[in-house]
Amino acid sequence: MSSHDPHGHDHGDDHDHSLVPSDPALRVKALESLLVEKGLVDPAALDAIVEYYEHKVGPRNGARVVARAWSDPAYKARLLTDATAAIAELGYSGRQGEDMIVVENTPAVHNMIVCTLCSCYPWPVLGLPPAWYKAAAYRSRSVIEPRAVLGEFGLDLPDEIEVGVWDSTADLRYLVLPERPAGTDSMTEEQLAALVTRDSMIGVARVSSP
Amino acid sequence: MNSVHDMGGMHGLGPLVPEQNEPVWHAPWEARAFALSSAIGAWGRWPFDASRQQVEGMPAADYLRMAYYEIRVHGLVENAVRHGLITREEAETGRADPSAPIVTPPLTAAHVPEVMARGSSNTREVGRQPIFHVGDAIRTRNIHPFTHTRLPRYARDKPGVITALHGAYVFPDTNALLQGENAQPLYTVKFQARDLWGDAANPRDTVCIDLWEDYLARA
Repeated sequence: MSSHDPHGHDHGDDHDHSLVPSDPALRVKALESLLVEKGLVDPAALDAIVEYYEHKVGPRNGARVVARAWSDPAYKARLLTDATAAIAELGYSGRQGEDMIVVENTPAVHNMIVCTLCSCYPWPVLGLPPAWYKAAAYRSRSVIEPRAVLGEFGLDLPDEIEVGVWDSTADLRYLVLPERPAGTDSMTEEQLAALVTRDSMIGVARVSSP
Repeated sequence: MNSVHDMGGMHGLGPLVPEQNEPVWHAPWEARAFALSSAIGAWGRWPFDASRQQVEGMPAADYLRMAYYEIRVHGLVENAVRHGLITREEAETGRADPSAPIVTPPLTAAHVPEVMARGSSNTREVGRQPIFHVGDAIRTRNIHPFTHTRLPRYARDKPGVITALHGAYVFPDTNALLQGENAQPLYTVKFQARDLWGDAANPRDTVCIDLWEDYLARA
């Protein structure tokens, strides 16, 4: 982890020793104290935000959406035409998912999601993005060599399958509807949801048969 | 802005390093940094586009070296100073100016779940009618603004086809500069991978990008 100070302060001996430290943990602590002292933020609200993103959102939400779509053709049709409303039917909505699009993987087309300009990601259904999704390697390579990227995730696709990359450059947030794996015909929605991984909903993996 | 943040298609930015059973945050300060930027956002003093512009203006070496949440904190501090929530001196010393008034936070704990679940859409009702329709062939404009834009470099001056119209959305290029929302039609444009990357790309592969009307010209 870098301890570089973006303001270019060296904290050398000619500086005031009370300057906020360059270590990110200490810097953030100092910033929080300042903002709380000025009444700009409520520390209990910060706790509530952390709690919300640790426990209320995450890929289990998206897995429920996928399992419902696999189990209920009418729901799937709504999901593919008005994803925001269909996802809200299951109680998921909000920041970084205000306007959702669901793209369906088929035997002919494999979709995957990236944000090359920052790290846009559908928070209400997948939670906050994993580090690799935000990292330069994924952001730079996914659009120019998606098949190599998929290969590194263990998914080698034949040339006949179209790889469709969705670069989330604007306000729409994307979720991949993976293909339902074979051997799951008798499974309940809950059982299906347990099979669905985060990576399959980003589109860097398939859902494995049980 | 042609900064290093616009990295689609670049080489040499390292290997993919997926982590098994990754936690939501890798250290408590990351959670606090995230929460701080969310809570300060509730003041509504600057649009998210301005935060992006701030981050994109960082020196490239800093952007690549700093961790994601460090970059967020940098953007937060710079915008908080610029828009008068804190002074530069307060940011640098970490001490509140004793003569400044104590204010009341707009976001309280009780409202957090509701505020997060509501979000804030950038879609707008405007009179501007879309110029393009689904199926139209377009060519993206060859623009290189020194300021914020959401037309990635790799997709400039390229042919594509409109595959969806999403209604009107706030235009980031002007909104980031506080020059107005300039809401306008937003489209999904499908590009053939070979038009972007040449013959090395698989002829079946495509890249879809959401683009505002001002980025597009008729082919």
